[in-house]
Amino acid sequence: MNHSNAVQAHMHRDDYGAKIGMWLFLFTELILFGGLFIVYAVYRFTYGDGFSLASKELDTLVGMINTIVLLTSSLTMAMSITAIQQGRRRLSIGLVGATNALALVFMVNKYFEWTAKFHHGLFPGGKELLERTNGEILYFGLYYVMTGLHAIHVLIGMVIMTFMMVYLKTGHVNKDSFVKLENSGLYWHLVDLIWIFLFPLFYLIH
Amino acid sequence: MDHGTKNHAHVIGYGTYILVWLGLLSFTGITVAVAGMDLQFYNIAIALIIATVKAIMVMTIFMHLKFEDRVFRIFATVAILTLLIFLVLTFFDYSFAR
Repeated sequence: MNHSNAVQAHMHRDDYGAKIGMWLFLFTELILFGGLFIVYAVYRFTYGDGFSLASKELDTLVGMINTIVLLTSSLTMAMSITAIQQGRRRLSIGLVGATNALALVFMVNKYFEWTAKFHHGLFPGGKELLERTNGEILYFGLYYVMTGLHAIHVLIGMVIMTFMMVYLKTGHVNKDSFVKLENSGLYWHLVDLIWIFLFPLFYLIH
Repeated sequence: MDHGTKNHAHVIGYGTYILVWLGLLSFTGITVAVAGMDLQFYNIAIALIIATVKAIMVMTIFMHLKFEDRVFRIFATVAILTLLIFLVLTFFDYSFAR
């Protein structure tokens, strides 16, 4: 008993600090995307007609499916933390795996969405796009930058989820020490939060 | 004040998460349905209000802000207010500078 206490005392761990650190990082992410949202707002204000016209070319159904996919992945991520708190390791691994699989579905959808646009010449610098009005060009520029930056975050999330699955398997993340999984969850929910705003701003507002 | 090594975690049931998820899906449905109607200015307003409600649901329950120490909520509020100030000031600048 004494021995294990001594070992505990030597293991320096600060879950509270780890979580504060994660939140501080999320605030920098908020400002990163926030800056782009401000650019979007100003250009939308200036080129309302062009934005309206261009936004009709995005497939609302694909956007909605991706919204549902991301919301569901947030659910499985949140549940994986409850599972590990209850000591249900295999359930937790399965739920993180489901999150990862849903992230992949999101990326596959994105791939088809983007390639379809590329085929129509609608990409930054594309001939067909450059013949259009300034508002439409700016809309597609922002569309690629903002959803692209978001997609990079999804890819990074998939790498993080893979690490979490390994950590859960090896017991590095366990019933008594799961702050890494919690912080991964916070990151994943932020990715979801950004999409919650990207979806209406690009797909719905005509 | 014993934070640190202790995991004073609040375990949230699966049911709560599923309810929030169902709420989020319903709001997604509503926002898509409303976007199909022609309500002029209100289309943007409704879409942004629904997105904000969804964001609050994700932050309070999925991100556990409701169950964390007050410090986390204060941090989050300050960060979001900072962004809103940037947004509002940009628009003041933009509307009057032309």
